[in-house]
Amino acid sequence: MATPLRIPALRLEEETRPNQSKLHLVQPSCHDGGPDINPAPDALTIALVGQPNVGKSTVFNMLTGLNQHVGNWPGKTVEQKTGVFHHQGTAINLVDLPGTYSLSANSEEERIARDYLITERPDVAIAVVNAAALERSLYLVAELLALDVPLVIGLNMSDVAEQNGIHIETHVLAAALAVPVVRLVAARNEGVRELVTAALQVAADPASFRPNRPSIRAEHQPVLEQLVALLGDCVRDPYSPDWSALKLLEGDVEVTRQIKASVPPEVWSEIHKILLQHEDAYLDIAGGRYEWIGRMVRAAVIQPRVGAITLTDRIDSIATHPIMGLALLLGIFGLAFALTYTVAAPLSEWLSGVVLGGLTSFAKVILAGAPALLSGLVIDGLIAGAGTVLAFLPILAVFFALLGVLEDVGYLARGAYVMDRFMHLMGLHGKSFLPLFLGFGCNVPAVLGARILEERRARLLTILLAPLVPCTARLAVLAFLAPAFFGANAALVTIGLVALNLVILAVVGIAVNKMAFKGEQTAFIMELPLYHVPNARTVGLYVWTNTMSFVKKAGTLILLASGVVWVLSNVPGGDAEASILAAAGRALEPAGRLMGITDWRVLVALISSFFAKENTIATLGVLFGVPEAGATLATQVAAVMVPGARLAFLAVAMLFIPCLATVVTIRQETGSSKWTAASIGLLLAISYGAGVLIYQAFRLLGI
Amino acid sequence: MIHSTSGSHPIKVIADLPPGASGMVHSLTGGREFCSRMANLGFTTGADVKVRQNYGRGPVVVAVRGALVALGRAEATRLLVRPNEA
Repeated sequence: MATPLRIPALRLEEETRPNQSKLHLVQPSCHDGGPDINPAPDALTIALVGQPNVGKSTVFNMLTGLNQHVGNWPGKTVEQKTGVFHHQGTAINLVDLPGTYSLSANSEEERIARDYLITERPDVAIAVVNAAALERSLYLVAELLALDVPLVIGLNMSDVAEQNGIHIETHVLAAALAVPVVRLVAARNEGVRELVTAALQVAADPASFRPNRPSIRAEHQPVLEQLVALLGDCVRDPYSPDWSALKLLEGDVEVTRQIKASVPPEVWSEIHKILLQHEDAYLDIAGGRYEWIGRMVRAAVIQPRVGAITLTDRIDSIATHPIMGLALLLGIFGLAFALTYTVAAPLSEWLSGVVLGGLTSFAKVILAGAPALLSGLVIDGLIAGAGTVLAFLPILAVFFALLGVLEDVGYLARGAYVMDRFMHLMGLHGKSFLPLFLGFGCNVPAVLGARILEERRARLLTILLAPLVPCTARLAVLAFLAPAFFGANAALVTIGLVALNLVILAVVGIAVNKMAFKGEQTAFIMELPLYHVPNARTVGLYVWTNTMSFVKKAGTLILLASGVVWVLSNVPGGDAEASILAAAGRALEPAGRLMGITDWRVLVALISSFFAKENTIATLGVLFGVPEAGATLATQVAAVMVPGARLAFLAVAMLFIPCLATVVTIRQETGSSKWTAASIGLLLAISYGAGVLIYQAFRLLGI
Repeated sequence: MIHSTSGSHPIKVIADLPPGASGMVHSLTGGREFCSRMANLGFTTGADVKVRQNYGRGPVVVAVRGALVALGRAEATRLLVRPNEA
């Protein structure tokens, strides 16, 4: 290992890279997980590249653990993960590039990965490929080898491949490509360290990296040379004329635009003429790459006998069946909710009873001599408000654990496949089901998740619909109030209200698609990963990042809101009935009366759910105060409304405008204030309309 | 579009093939972006494909280059293949 000698040289290289620092200006994201990571200045930089679903994130997590930073690529709505780790005494900055099938600039992810590799020049790139779909995975490698970045290959999922009867001779593949290949089972942390060792060896001596690069088909070779000659010196570093010519021939929009802007007009018109004659070359180039891959893997891979039934086939005969698959999806759905509440409910009770109870008594002792206003604010405002919300934590954690397992097993893509037909009614396709499904946990990741959709139209519609998916916070509000509101009918009411949300989601989707988008259809092309055993670490990290972002929200927004509500309900004079908040709430009574809600405290609770949906309960808790003997908060609230108004209240709570965090995320993801305002207006109209209709219907029926 | 008719098997769109049928990719029809994405995924002329699932409506699952790819009905009518002998 020549590592110690190499570090000073590297530092010089780093300093001459003006763009290096750009990478680390990460924007804050709702997904911020671990602590902020500052890259070591004199460290090596390794980029992780790979197609989606090849276990690239697992490799990243294995190497960096919690020592990672999740943000956005500057100015982009694509997630950026960076981390620092040490290997054999060398500090390494690891950059996880977005998962891409190619480097063709067909998507934002592909552009980001490509630009990073070309302009930031990492010391070495690690390509994670899927041994179970080797040819397809090597397509990206074929494109990577056309760039000037040293490369090593991690042959991941070797175990899944072997389960499916595919055997790969790693050294034969390495010899054919003249690129180091390391066998990996990232989920079991096998081969990960060896992979980094191989990457460091290549980085230490980049001159020795002379891979077998794919060449273009013979019939296109003269055209390519012609283009290279025409480009001359117009292509500036870090772009190479060879690569630019190849991308021009592939019809790459981005490269075409750049070249058009940088060459003289007469040269461009000649280039353009050549390109017009070879318009279909891109298909041949892709075909040529696959032919090259075929030659590379021929000697190295033993395929399963034709017609062998694999585990994936057997599971898919049910999971993707139009009827059984749907039944399975509903079953998993039901099970997920049953588990969430049976496992999480006792934990929640323990949290709110023992922990919050303890905290309250502790605060009472500490604040015994303090002014009434301060002890009131802390005990009745902050602890009661934010504390109740923290009790939702187990519900969220269990939900995300289940979701993480479903995702890691490879099931979620099947859910999307089964739902494709229904999503078509809304002009969407199966992929939109994935972000919407996330919405049951929290609407914020649902809005963020819409990034997986290629088309803006589909992304906008999915983002518009996401807040109509009832999140765990709203479900918890429902679960808290429904038993006291409706006794034995609580379960029926709960299911009915969830169904109402989903029906309205479908109706809005169909209507918006018909009116605003004129029923366009989007292309549905989605990979179905092979099933595999879930990895505890991957799932654990998923739960951790999502739950921590909730804790941050509870710790800041909700705490603040609880405090503000308490203060406003005690000013002036300390009497809630004469407070500012009461006056504001009473001003809303004419609107509330149509829904049968005349108690200002209930109206204020509804409005406060804008800060966070869980705030509904927290605010009711603050405003109704400590329950009298024999009563609970929920029964106290029930007592101020007739059944029709109670149902209207719950319906409005379920359909109300998205919470502040979701609104901010919608604005950030759509980049449009108009769309954000339209989304809020639509939900306000729907929720109020539903509330009024329900109450008035009950009144007419005399219930 | 003109289809060469060499061989006894006519060109078909993959959406019309039953589950279990296999063939070779003949061509793609549709927009540039669609064709490029499909080609990158391995649907290039001459690639072996096998229909893994097709219920006559809704999406289909196609195996190509060792991976499973779900295609919407519309997309599956734009992928032309030359079926192999049954």
